[in-house]
Amino acid sequence: MELALQIWEWFPLWFRILVEVLAKIVVIVVPLMIAVAYLTLAERRVIGFMQVRMGPNRVGPRGFGQPIADALKLLTKEVIVPTNATRFLFLIAPILTLTPALAAWAVIPFGEGLVLADIDAGLLYVLALTSMGVYGVIIAGWASNSKYAFIGALRSAAQIVAYEIAMGFALVGVLMAGGSLNLGKIVEAQSGGFPGWFVWPLLPLFVVYFISGVAETNRAPFDVAEGESEIVAGFHVEYSGMAFAVFFLAEYANMILIAALTAMLFCGGWLSPFWGDWLATLSAIPLIGWVFAGGVHWFLLKTAFFLFCFLWFRATFPRYRYDQIMRLGWKVFLPITIVWLFVEGIAIVAGWQPWLI
Amino acid sequence: MRRIIGFIRSFTLIELLRGLWLTRGYLLSPKITVRYPEEKTPQSPRFRGLHALRRYPNGEERCIACKLCEAVCPACAITIESEERADGTRRTTRYDIDLFKCIYCGFCEEACPVDSIVETRIFEYHFEKRGDHIITKQQLLAIGDKYEAQLAADRAADAVYR
Repeated sequence: MELALQIWEWFPLWFRILVEVLAKIVVIVVPLMIAVAYLTLAERRVIGFMQVRMGPNRVGPRGFGQPIADALKLLTKEVIVPTNATRFLFLIAPILTLTPALAAWAVIPFGEGLVLADIDAGLLYVLALTSMGVYGVIIAGWASNSKYAFIGALRSAAQIVAYEIAMGFALVGVLMAGGSLNLGKIVEAQSGGFPGWFVWPLLPLFVVYFISGVAETNRAPFDVAEGESEIVAGFHVEYSGMAFAVFFLAEYANMILIAALTAMLFCGGWLSPFWGDWLATLSAIPLIGWVFAGGVHWFLLKTAFFLFCFLWFRATFPRYRYDQIMRLGWKVFLPITIVWLFVEGIAIVAGWQPWLI
Repeated sequence: MRRIIGFIRSFTLIELLRGLWLTRGYLLSPKITVRYPEEKTPQSPRFRGLHALRRYPNGEERCIACKLCEAVCPACAITIESEERADGTRRTTRYDIDLFKCIYCGFCEEACPVDSIVETRIFEYHFEKRGDHIITKQQLLAIGDKYEAQLAADRAADAVYR
């Protein structure tokens, strides 16, 4: 042990920092990828159950081998590049979609102090990176040289721009209440258990944010960019094999990201929903007390709930028409957020801040 | 007034929540899917699967080569050739059923005056070589011998309705 520490000390500082950061990235990205794989299974199972059928249950016990089988299938398939496609852009587009979806995880605090990069402009960084994802979609649609892909890309671009604004305004509400752009500080501002969460004072913003999040990730009922019954598969019609799989990884990683952000910004992240005496009594129970105290498990549980909502929406709602999406984004969500920001601002000026319990 | 109610309805998302509640109900409801290789649906005694030729208890084949089944077969799947045996009875020398042509209508079974050609409960079978889909008299008799107990029981159960 002593020797190992000495060898470690012998390396230059920049190398040690590099190894440390890389190790942290692996610790975040590997479970994330596994979560993505099993989210695809969860989606198919949950939607199957809601449609009173079984969903995939043949590969391995209860279908748990299904994501691995899917991955193997896609890995062994050929990546076909259409003759008239712009080869470079065609191949780089999936990477451009996946990278921001993974990079945004750098600032997500999983627990108290459990964060890769504890930067002060965390919220801004997240907002910037979630908007970056649209470049991959647009480039994919353009480089494919296919009218369906192009229509899908255009729809996706317009939709993401429209909902980005409502989403941004909803987040302005959160940072007004939290008093910081640092995600860890925003979570800490929500201490005080269940009633202390920002969901209650910011309920309209929460609804707007989550629905915009669904629209941001191009998920049903806002999946006009894919719209398999209208434009085949939208922006990724021409993709096959691993390039196609990377688009899916990005979509699901984005879903998990939005769910995690919703859990963090509105539902107290890693904080326990219990408060006051209850929290003290419950967390004093030997052996199982840690379950009731705050921790990573609460964060994961809340994220899982919002992910379930994504699947639930997809099984419940029919797809929006394109003009209805635009109407909802510009004429409904934008006014609601602005009105609520105004209300919140007046409340802050008047010194009446219900979230400061 | 109606507009106000509609406004409140759409802003409280009440209809969307009702939709979600409905799908939640289906999420928890029992699934009716039959998990096929492990579970199978019950079969009627009248089930029409793979064909068989039956024998009398003394071992003599029932078929008397009357060719009624060949005549009634809407898909022309049955081919029969017959001869007169040394004891003066008429018997088939060839009884082929082309299973690709057969539509499993059960008319051959209905037409048979001696309950010789019957349809069994077997429905999981396959062919691996070209030509295997035409099953011969020997194969049909072998299937009949193998499932005779089941076949007799099924005919007995259905006899009251005939």
